[in-house]
Amino acid sequence: MASKYSKDLLLTMHRKMYLIRRFEERTDQAYKQQKIAGFCHLYIGQEAVAVGTNEALRPDDYMLSGYRDHGQPLARGSDAGMVMAELFGRGTGYSKGKGGSMHIFDIEHHFYGGYGIVGGQIPLAAGMAFASRYRNEDRVTVCFFGDAAANQGAFHETFNMAVKWKLPVIYICENNRYGMGTAIGRVSAEPEIYKRASAYKMRGEAVDGMDCLKMYEAVKDAVEYCRAGKGPVLMEANTYRFRGHSVVDPAVYRSKDEVEHERKNDPIPKLKEYAIKNKLATEAEFDAIDEEIKAQVDAAVKFADESPEPSLEELWRDTIVEPGEEDVRPRERVLGTKVKWPSYPSGQELKVTWDLEPRQQAEREDKKAGLAR
Amino acid sequence: MPELMYREALNQALAEEMERDANVFLIGEEVGRYNGAFKVSQGLLDRFGSARIIDAPISELGFAGLGVGAAMVGLRPIVEMMTWNFAILAMDQIVNNAAKLRHMSGGQLRCPIVFRGPGGAGGRLSSQHSQALEANYAHFPGLKVIAPATPADAKGMLKSAIRDDNPVIMFEGERLYAIKGEVPEGEHVVPIGKADVKREGKDVSIITWSRMYYFAEQAAQQLEQEGISAEILDLRTLRPLDEEAILATVRKTNRAVIVEEGWSLAGVGASVVDIIQSKAFDELDAPVQRVTGLDVNMSYATNLENATQPDAAKIIAAVKKVLYREGA
Repeated sequence: MASKYSKDLLLTMHRKMYLIRRFEERTDQAYKQQKIAGFCHLYIGQEAVAVGTNEALRPDDYMLSGYRDHGQPLARGSDAGMVMAELFGRGTGYSKGKGGSMHIFDIEHHFYGGYGIVGGQIPLAAGMAFASRYRNEDRVTVCFFGDAAANQGAFHETFNMAVKWKLPVIYICENNRYGMGTAIGRVSAEPEIYKRASAYKMRGEAVDGMDCLKMYEAVKDAVEYCRAGKGPVLMEANTYRFRGHSVVDPAVYRSKDEVEHERKNDPIPKLKEYAIKNKLATEAEFDAIDEEIKAQVDAAVKFADESPEPSLEELWRDTIVEPGEEDVRPRERVLGTKVKWPSYPSGQELKVTWDLEPRQQAEREDKKAGLAR
Repeated sequence: MPELMYREALNQALAEEMERDANVFLIGEEVGRYNGAFKVSQGLLDRFGSARIIDAPISELGFAGLGVGAAMVGLRPIVEMMTWNFAILAMDQIVNNAAKLRHMSGGQLRCPIVFRGPGGAGGRLSSQHSQALEANYAHFPGLKVIAPATPADAKGMLKSAIRDDNPVIMFEGERLYAIKGEVPEGEHVVPIGKADVKREGKDVSIITWSRMYYFAEQAAQQLEQEGISAEILDLRTLRPLDEEAILATVRKTNRAVIVEEGWSLAGVGASVVDIIQSKAFDELDAPVQRVTGLDVNMSYATNLENATQPDAAKIIAAVKKVLYREGA
C-alpha cells in the first residue's frame, strides 16, 4: 500500500527532528564548555512533538511554549545560529542575549516565546486566540506546556474561559512523565492529563508523542476543529526526554532500564524506518540530510561563538517602549534580511462582529434558568 | 466645565477610547450586565457589545493573562480588577509576563494593556479588602503606575494609559468614585509621568497622591488659617516618578512632608525622600517627614480603622514638625 505521506513531508520532518537533536547535542556540549550557563532544558527525545505539530500548522498560526523551548522555534524555521547565539548570551541572539535558553522569541516565525514560570504561558495563549476571534481571523494558537503545569491554577482558569468563549487554541501537554525530578503520578490525582478536559466539556485526547506522523495527524485534526470555531482542544502528547530535566540534572530518579527502554522508541529512526520501508526515501538521502544538518549546526555554534556580547547600552533598551519606537526584527537587525512582520488592522479599520454572548440566546437561557435581567 | 463624579469621568474615558479604537476592549468581573461593581462600566455593554465588554469568571490570574496574550498580538485590553486586593492572584501574569515581555523578546513584543481598579481602604472592610498596594507595582521595571486623585485627572490619565504602548497599572480609589470635580470636555488627555501642583504655597511642600490628596487639602486649609502656606504636589504617576517636579517644589519651600496611604517600609514615599536627600540636600531646612498608614493590618472597628490611616491632623502635625513649630 502506498504511503499517504509525500516524500517531501517525511524528509522535512526528518530534517527538522535531526536539526533539533543535533542542535541540542551541541548545546549540551557547549554548556559543559561553559559557553552556555543558567537553566538549560534539552528537547532530546521529544522532537516528534514539536515537528509533527508544526507541519500540521500554517506558518501564520501562533505558537508558544514553556522553558523547554529550543525545539519549537527550530521546527518553525528560526535561524539556528541566532538561537544558539541567544544561548551563548550574545548580542546576535533573537533577544539580543537578554532572554537566554528559557526565553526564545521569534515573532517573524510566529513563535511567541518560551516562558520560565510553569504554566504562565497558558493564559497568554488563550488571549492570543481571543484576539484571532475578535478580529475574525481563522488563525489557531498552539500552546505547549509540561505535565507538571497541569497542576497550576492557570491551567484550570484558562480552560474554563477558553471553552466558554470557544477560543481557537490547542493546548499540547508534553507529558515527559517528570516535573523536574518528581514523577507526575506522585503529585497528580489524575495523571492522565487529557482526561481533565472533561471537567470543562473540552475535547481532550492522548497521542503518541514519540511518533511524528501520529502527532501530525492528531494536530491536523485538532486544527481543523479549532478553525471551524468549535473551541479549544487539550492534547496530551506522551513523550520522554532522554536527558535530565536540565543539562545539569543526572536524572537519578528514574531507572536505567526505563531510559533504555524508551530510547528504543526514538522518534528519529522510527520515521526513517517508515520512509525507507515505504520506499519514499533511501538511506543515502537521509545520510546526505544528516551531513547537511551537522554542517548547519557547526556553523550555528561558530556563529554564536564568534558573535560579540550585547553592548552595554542594551541595558537601557527594551524595558519600556518609547513613543514612536518600532519593534525589533531580529533577522533584519542581525543578518540584514528583509522580513515579513505581523501586521493587524488599526482601531479605525477593525470591525468587531463577534458576539461573545449573543443577547437573544442569553435572554432565552436566562428565562429558562429563572434569572432576572 | 461640567462637574462629574470620578466614576463618571472614568466611564467617559472608557467610552471615548473604545469609540476611537476598536482594538480596545474591557474584561473583568461584573463589568457587563451588572454594569461594574463600582458602576465604572455603566451602560458600556449595551453600547459596545459582548465581545468588547466581557464578563469574566472569577479567575484573576486567568483573565489577566488572557489580556496580556491579546495585547501581545496588538489588541489594547483594559483589565478591570474588582479591587487591587484580588489582583494579588494575578501578580504572576502582571509581573512575570506583562512587565517582562518586551525585555525577554529583545524588543520584538510590546504589551499595551491597562490593569485598573480601586486601591486603598474602602471603609469597614478589615485587612484583606483595605490595602494600598501601589508600592508593590511601582517596584517593577516594565510597568507604569498611575494613581489620580481628581475626576479630571482620572479621565485624562486613563485615556493616556489606554493609548500607551506599555502595561499601565491604574489605582483608582474605592472612596474616590463618588467624589465630584470639574472635568474638561472633549480631548482631555493628561500625560503619564507628570506631577501636578494642586495648591501653590511657600512654607512647606506636601507631596502625595490618590485619596491622600484630599487630606492634604484639608490640612492645607487649616494651616492657612494659622498663617502657614502649604504647597501640594500631587504626584499622580508613581512610576516613573516626576523628579523634576519633586525637586522644584522642595527648592521652593525647603521643607517636605510626604503622605502615603500604604505602609512606610519600602513605600513609594521612601523613594521620594531618597530623591530629595540625594539631589536637594542643601535646599532642605528640616528633615523630610512621612505620614503613612500605620505598620499594622487594617481593622474593622471604626476607631482602629481611623487610627490606622493618615488624616489631616497627622499631616498638620508633620508640617509643624518640619517647620519646628511643634506644640504651637
